[in-house]
Parts: sequence; C-alpha cells; structure tokens
Amino acid sequence: MKKILEVRGLSRIHGPGCPLCFENTGAEAETNVCVSCGSVVAAQNVSLDLHQGEILGIVGESGSGKSTVVKTLFFDAEPSAGEARFFDGDQQLDLFSLNAARQRWLRNHRFGMVYQNPNLGLNFNVSAGGNIAERLLMSDVANYASIRQRARDLLTRTEVLGERMDESPRRFSGGMQQRVQIAKALATRPPLLLLDEVTTGLDLSVQARILDLILEIQHELNTAMIVVTHDLGVIRLLAGRTLVMKYGQVIESGLTDQVLEDPQHAYTQRLVASAL
Amino acid sequence: MKPLLDIDGLSKHFQLHEQQKLIPSCSAVKVTVYPGQLTALTGPTGSGKSSVLKCIFRTYLPSSGRILYRDQEDKVTDLAQASEYRILQLRRRDIGFVTQFLHCLPRKSALDITIEPLLARGVSHQEAQRRGRDLLAQLQVPERLWGLPPATFSGGEKQRINLARGLVARPRLLLLDEPTSSLDPGTTQSVAELIETIKQEGVGILAIFHHPDLVRRLADETIRLQAPAPVMPEPC
Repeated sequence: MKKILEVRGLSRIHGPGCPLCFENTGAEAETNVCVSCGSVVAAQNVSLDLHQGEILGIVGESGSGKSTVVKTLFFDAEPSAGEARFFDGDQQLDLFSLNAARQRWLRNHRFGMVYQNPNLGLNFNVSAGGNIAERLLMSDVANYASIRQRARDLLTRTEVLGERMDESPRRFSGGMQQRVQIAKALATRPPLLLLDEVTTGLDLSVQARILDLILEIQHELNTAMIVVTHDLGVIRLLAGRTLVMKYGQVIESGLTDQVLEDPQHAYTQRLVASAL
Repeated sequence: MKPLLDIDGLSKHFQLHEQQKLIPSCSAVKVTVYPGQLTALTGPTGSGKSSVLKCIFRTYLPSSGRILYRDQEDKVTDLAQASEYRILQLRRRDIGFVTQFLHCLPRKSALDITIEPLLARGVSHQEAQRRGRDLLAQLQVPERLWGLPPATFSGGEKQRINLARGLVARPRLLLLDEPTSSLDPGTTQSVAELIETIKQEGVGILAIFHHPDLVRRLADETIRLQAPAPVMPEPC
C-alpha cells in the first residue's frame, strides 16, 4: 500500500512559547501548560504515517491533542512546528508551506473532514443538497443538473432520504446531520478523510449505522482515514493501527488489537481497564 | 523442507504499571511449523499456549526471542520485529488465527462474517459467498442459520463460524486456539477431517487442542510448554 501522508514533529503551542515548553509539558509532566511561560502546548512532536485505504485511530482523553492534529492537517489551525507531506499521485506536497489558495484547494478537492459538531461542517442556511452543491461548485463541477443528481446520489448513499435534500439540515436529527456531513466530505471522492469524534453524542443504534457506513466507504473507495475518538469501541471496530495521546504527546502506537490487549504504557493500561 | 515458522527463545511477560508487577506468560519457547504439518502446543493451563499464538499474530508484543516466518517468495520476516504494515499484510494474506471465542459484530450474518477474509483479499462478493456456503455446509452449520447473526447461536455453532472464517481464505499458516472445545463428537469429527484436508493442501498449522485424542490424530509434532519462570523486575 502506498503512503499517502507523512507527519513529522507536528507541534502546536498557544501563547508566546519558550525553550522549556516541551520539557515542562506532556505525559510525564502531566500538564499542557508550560510553567515557565504560561503557554498551552496542544500538540508536541506528533509523527505519524498513513497509507492508502488505511484507517488510523487516535485515542485520548479531552485535551490530549488528538483533535489538534487533524485540525492542523485540515488547515483549521496552524502548527507551530513540524512537517506534513501529502502524496497525491506523482506529486508530493509539503502541506504547511503551501500558500493559502493551495491549501484551500486541497481542502475542497483532496481532503474531507467530518466534525463532531455539525455546525462546523455544514451551512445551516442552505439546504442539505445545497451543502453538497457548495463543495462540488468549489471543486469545479458547474452543471446544475449534474450537481443536483450527484448530491442526491451522495445523500442516498449515506441513507439520507432524497426527498429531504431541499430542507435545511437544521431540521435534521443529529445522526442525519452527520450523514449529510459525510456525504459532503465524500462529494469530491477525497483520498484522505478526517473524522473528529463523529459518533460522540449519538445514540447507540445511530452510532452503529454511521460506523458501518464508514467501513463501507473505506471498502468501496479505498479512502485513507484518520479517526479521532475517545471511544475504544470505535477504534476497535474501525482502525487497523492506533495512536494513544496524552497531554499533547503520542505515548504509544501499534496495531489496534495489540494496543487494546497488550498496552505498554501505564496510561493506556488504565484507559483500557476503564473500558465498559 | 524449510520451516514455515521457526520460533526460538520466545518469552512474553506483562508489565502492569498500576500494580507494579511483572507477570510472566511464557518463556524460552522453541517451536517449528512445516508446510502441510500440524504442530500441537500442549501443557497445563497458564503455561502460555495462547500467548505464543498471540505473539505470532502480534496481538501481544513479544518480550524477547525471534519468530521467523517464511513467505511464498521465500522471504523470512521476524514477526517479533516486523513493521505494523508488514504484519497487517501478512494477516490479510498469509496468517489466519482462529481464537477461542468468536468476536464479531452483533448485526452481521454468519455468512457475512465467514467471508470477511475473502472480501479483504479482493475476492468478488459472489465467489466469496459460494465458498462461504460450501464451507459452512462442510462444517455442518445448518443452512437456516447462515443469514442470522451468531449472537443467539450455541457455543458449538459459534465456534464453527469462527473456524469457517479462519479457514475460508486458506492461509499459509493457521493458528488454532482450542477450535473444538465446545463441539460434540460428530462435529469434532468433521472438523478433524477438514483439518486433515487443509494439511494435505499444504497449510502449516500450530494448534492448541482441548482433546488429547485430536493431538494424537492430527499432530505431526507435539511441544509441551512448562509454566514460565518468574521474571526478575527490570532495574529502574
């Protein structure tokens, strides 16, 4: 399998930052806040690889930096340090050194993001179909009829009723809003999909169907995904490999079944032991 | 004949941080498996039989030792050291593991569970279903159960679904953890026949059996594990 993404030394510091920030924070220090300068270290030296068609899980409690990682990769947040290389066909793109226009182009064409909060991923002032049309327009599909057909196909694929495509997603249930977000993210058939706590807060039956949908998509389109969650069940179901984060650092990584059955780090052992 | 699997000096212990304990699981294990042959692991409970299988599959990280696997191209990989991607590739293509209990989604049918490994290898859905049905029939799983999720199945039925999933894609190396512990004599017999068939096809098998009779009947070599030696705590 071909490598699609390579992240090295990704860090993000909120605040002035100082030479002691990394030393003062992290899993050992058990804090995100640097005592020397008061900066918050959201992510520290995160490195990861992602191959085509692979689902990588990132687990950790809130504040562990797991969302920060995907946000910087989707250009929602700027990294303080580090590199990310995206391999697209024969091209090799250094994500953080691209100009804003190129970054926007990648977001619209080659990456997809599904947020925990549908407010972030969807425009509630336009219809569900309009949300998808927006993304298709940005990626240069301009024919009205074909946009509408494609939007309908995508919504049908993600099990949103076609009859409701002209309604605002504001009126949809939480599970349906997530489906619209997934349909929107998939509109351009991106090779990379980022999923940030997509099933958190949904009831169990809805969760199960969304997770099944994600697996089907992986199977059909061979999309590479990074799945961020605090739910070990989601990781067990979706991810082949898993990173465990705490206070901004990756403290452990491995095959998902190994991380869950033979966790090495004290924190991961506690995490696994607290699973229901 | 070159061995398919050659394990030497394998040890596994768990370091439990919370309890500040080192728990030995197996130590100084030496095992070889040849194509078309079955090596049986025996020994008392707690001698680390299942741990050896899990170390080979890398569900457990081996603490020391080497686990050399020879693939179709005659390339040797140390499973104790191999990259995660290499392990995932071998799991998909080469190594099958039938665990003691069936772990599956409560909403998938028995047939869909059985054919998962075939679909992962890119076999068409139709062909996968055909092979899945044949195998379930051979294992005497009643046809009325094929379309149902195994949650409500009996222990023996679940175990046969688990076996079917492990065998359907014909791995080169098969790890079996007590595959017949909840089967009646009749179905045990059909499982034994199936194992004999896949041995003839050249599959190398490392197995733990509940019944000593099966070891006598199927094993070409038997390795008896001893309870592991206590491990010295690493100096901090």
